[in-house]
Amino acid sequence: MNRTEARLARIRGRALAKTHNARTIAALASNPGCARRAILDAAGADKQRIAAYAGFPAPFGQSRFALARGNAVEAQVKADGAAELLTLLREHLNLPIPQAHYDDLSEVGGNTSLDLRHARTRTLLARAAAARTDAGTMFDHPLLRLEVGGRHAFLEPDLIAFQLHGRFTIVEIKSFPVIDGQADGAKVAAAAIQSAVYVLALRDALAEQGLPAEAVSHETVLVCPRDFSSRPVATSLDVRKQLTVLRRQLARMDRIDDLLDLLPNDLTFDLDPDGDGIPRRSPAALAGAIRQVDARYAPECLSTCEMCFFCRDEARGGTAALGRDVREELGGVEHIETALRLARGARAGNDLAEAAELLRTAARLRADIIKEAV
Amino acid sequence: MSTLTALARAIAADTGAAQPICAVRHVHIGPRPLVFIPLALAGEANAPLAAMVGDDPQAPVLLVVPEPRDRDQRFAFAAELSAIVLSYIESHFAEEEPVGGRDPGTRYADAPQLLVPNPAGIAFTRLLGRSTRFRRTEGPYAVAESVPVLGRWLTFFADRAEHPGSSLMVAATDALAAHWATGQSSLEDGNLGALLGWIDPPPGMSGAQAAMEAEDPVRCPPAGPATDPTFDNEILDQRILAVRTARMTGDGRACDRAKAALTEALATQLEPTWALMWRAAGVLRRLPAGGHVRARWDADKAAFTWHAQHIADGGPPQPRRDGAVSAARRLANAERVQEMVAAQRAFDDPLVMAEHRLAGEAFAGQVVTAEPDRVDATGRRRVLRPRITVETEDDMVAETSVTLTSPARPSQKARVVDVTGPQVVLELQGGMGRSLTPEPGSVPAVGEPVCYAAFSDAWQPPPAFPEPEDTPWTHGGPPPEYIPSDEDAREDWS
Repeated sequence: MNRTEARLARIRGRALAKTHNARTIAALASNPGCARRAILDAAGADKQRIAAYAGFPAPFGQSRFALARGNAVEAQVKADGAAELLTLLREHLNLPIPQAHYDDLSEVGGNTSLDLRHARTRTLLARAAAARTDAGTMFDHPLLRLEVGGRHAFLEPDLIAFQLHGRFTIVEIKSFPVIDGQADGAKVAAAAIQSAVYVLALRDALAEQGLPAEAVSHETVLVCPRDFSSRPVATSLDVRKQLTVLRRQLARMDRIDDLLDLLPNDLTFDLDPDGDGIPRRSPAALAGAIRQVDARYAPECLSTCEMCFFCRDEARGGTAALGRDVREELGGVEHIETALRLARGARAGNDLAEAAELLRTAARLRADIIKEAV
Repeated sequence: MSTLTALARAIAADTGAAQPICAVRHVHIGPRPLVFIPLALAGEANAPLAAMVGDDPQAPVLLVVPEPRDRDQRFAFAAELSAIVLSYIESHFAEEEPVGGRDPGTRYADAPQLLVPNPAGIAFTRLLGRSTRFRRTEGPYAVAESVPVLGRWLTFFADRAEHPGSSLMVAATDALAAHWATGQSSLEDGNLGALLGWIDPPPGMSGAQAAMEAEDPVRCPPAGPATDPTFDNEILDQRILAVRTARMTGDGRACDRAKAALTEALATQLEPTWALMWRAAGVLRRLPAGGHVRARWDADKAAFTWHAQHIADGGPPQPRRDGAVSAARRLANAERVQEMVAAQRAFDDPLVMAEHRLAGEAFAGQVVTAEPDRVDATGRRRVLRPRITVETEDDMVAETSVTLTSPARPSQKARVVDVTGPQVVLELQGGMGRSLTPEPGSVPAVGEPVCYAAFSDAWQPPPAFPEPEDTPWTHGGPPPEYIPSDEDAREDWS
């Protein structure tokens, strides 16, 4: 274990490590400036538990009905060696696929160790890429790796990588419906960015074997239930744009090592459980530890990060807590109090002169109409 | 988001009370709207779980689907819902009123209005309409006669919700957030309880505190269609299972008991939202209506009358997807009306106009000099062209020869003749009577506060489109005529 890993293990404490998945990478990449999330995710900390123990349980959970539906849809598509999926791919990609193998990589001879699974995934992917036979291969649960903040993060993906003639296509199965050819825009957007994470990770894995990026198609396949039925339908998603965004955001992230250098050596989010697993650490002490790592809260965090209520409480009084657009319209002023002082005519330094002018004008207009001073 | 709204949000966050961003109400709220709160089963494609519906705050009707994954029960729910919704709609067929204008005729004197909690409620309504409007009332998989009719009406309402300025179907969160700025983000405004907490907190509580309390899903369950996952996992799952078990054992009384328990659980999730919906309607009603609200509601009444006639005449249901011509027409119409409604809102409401003033699209000030009797004799005919000078503090990017309009005199054009410092000289045309002396009050007098905008609320004619049967081949040619098919009628809903 190197120094970074040792420090991250210490930060995580005795809790079991959580692995990244496409959703966590996508969330991280949507807010690359948030050191708190970067550190917690890199350490594999259980954000849900930590936030709840610090007094701010996450506002979201998963309904077992949604889970059941998701599993049912996936099971149906993957049943009998993914027969239904193969039919869809034949029709949808218009591919003459005489037959296809189905390889489940979720364990290696009963061993589920991440390193072992990743090594096996790499070997099999490389072999498939080199084989050049007519038969396709579907790899289920391949374990991939992606460099995040200068550190390899394992990806526990829920997808199939389909290979034919040395070319790979990412297939994602989702349970939201496509009705008359249309689906919920936000859900498709989320699926597209997640698919892009997998494309990137798969390209990384193949690059290690000396294979070019084009070996993985930027067109991914999204499989969803059709209309109001449970029969699946496949749709192509061009994720080139998402790939660009993702690459840029991942590049913008600070290196985990650099972030760790700014933190005290004894920092930990350990809950200090007793023999029965009951935490002995005081919630206030845990909250104090969390505050040592800087967060960058935005309202969008409310749907993507388990720490959101903690960070929102901390960000109170800042204009960013009202939304990025509000902050921009207030001339980029950081604190609500400052914005209001400027609006009331307080003198501003050179850097805020323009914002002050705008705010004063807005306050004058508002006061004229509602006959009430700001 | 404008700077004025952002400032209002900052003030709200600072004071703990929501701030008005409109001086008048821009949405029509009828005397007897139909409140509709649907709940869906998580994960499924539009599986109704329950709904609370009614036009009387004291008499909500609770509909429950004990087995949401069962197709027959879904259609039974649709039939029950149609009894309420259709009788509400049909109660508006009784009274008609004459319409003047280019082609005189009659329309219904009032239109039904659907109030749902949030935009997701509109999306649910649209899908419920989609899943029921093509059903057949005879042959295999027959449904009750009212079900496809309900589907067509729900589709109509959901379509109108996309029409700018329409109030036939209103999402409460949208309507409230359009009139008040809260001290939270617009994302958080999507929670009806929290939003209303900011605007109308209970006595002794600040808006911020009330909003905080409303975020607790136990105290204030989500306003649907999505349910609280904890409720799903800890209560709903067991109660649905209990009904299923009781049914399988064939014990009628146990089954009734289990159903009653399920209904009771769902009522706890819906009743708080029911109360919030009527409070939201009340809060909105307390605002005075804007000047153009009535005209926009008249357009809604006309659309309602047209659709009722279309159904009565045996017209086909709305297609799954628009044809090329109707899609283009719908889009062009929406853009045109959107622009018009934006102008109307500004003309009706000084706070909205202030946003345009801040953006340099309008200015307000006082008339400092006026020549009401000025006559322009340079042309062939002598014409009345009064001039006024307005002094303003606003940063108006007024350029000479641009034509402006004033909300106080919308039929009068004002051409910018000269801009010197804070003074703008305007030449007026129209809206002053036919003689060479202006009618009293038609020209702003010295000392009068005035406002001029670079846009106007005038009606723009729609652009010309070919008839659907003349769709050019570049756009796929004429759309196929709608023929009800077995496939439509038998479509899975599972």
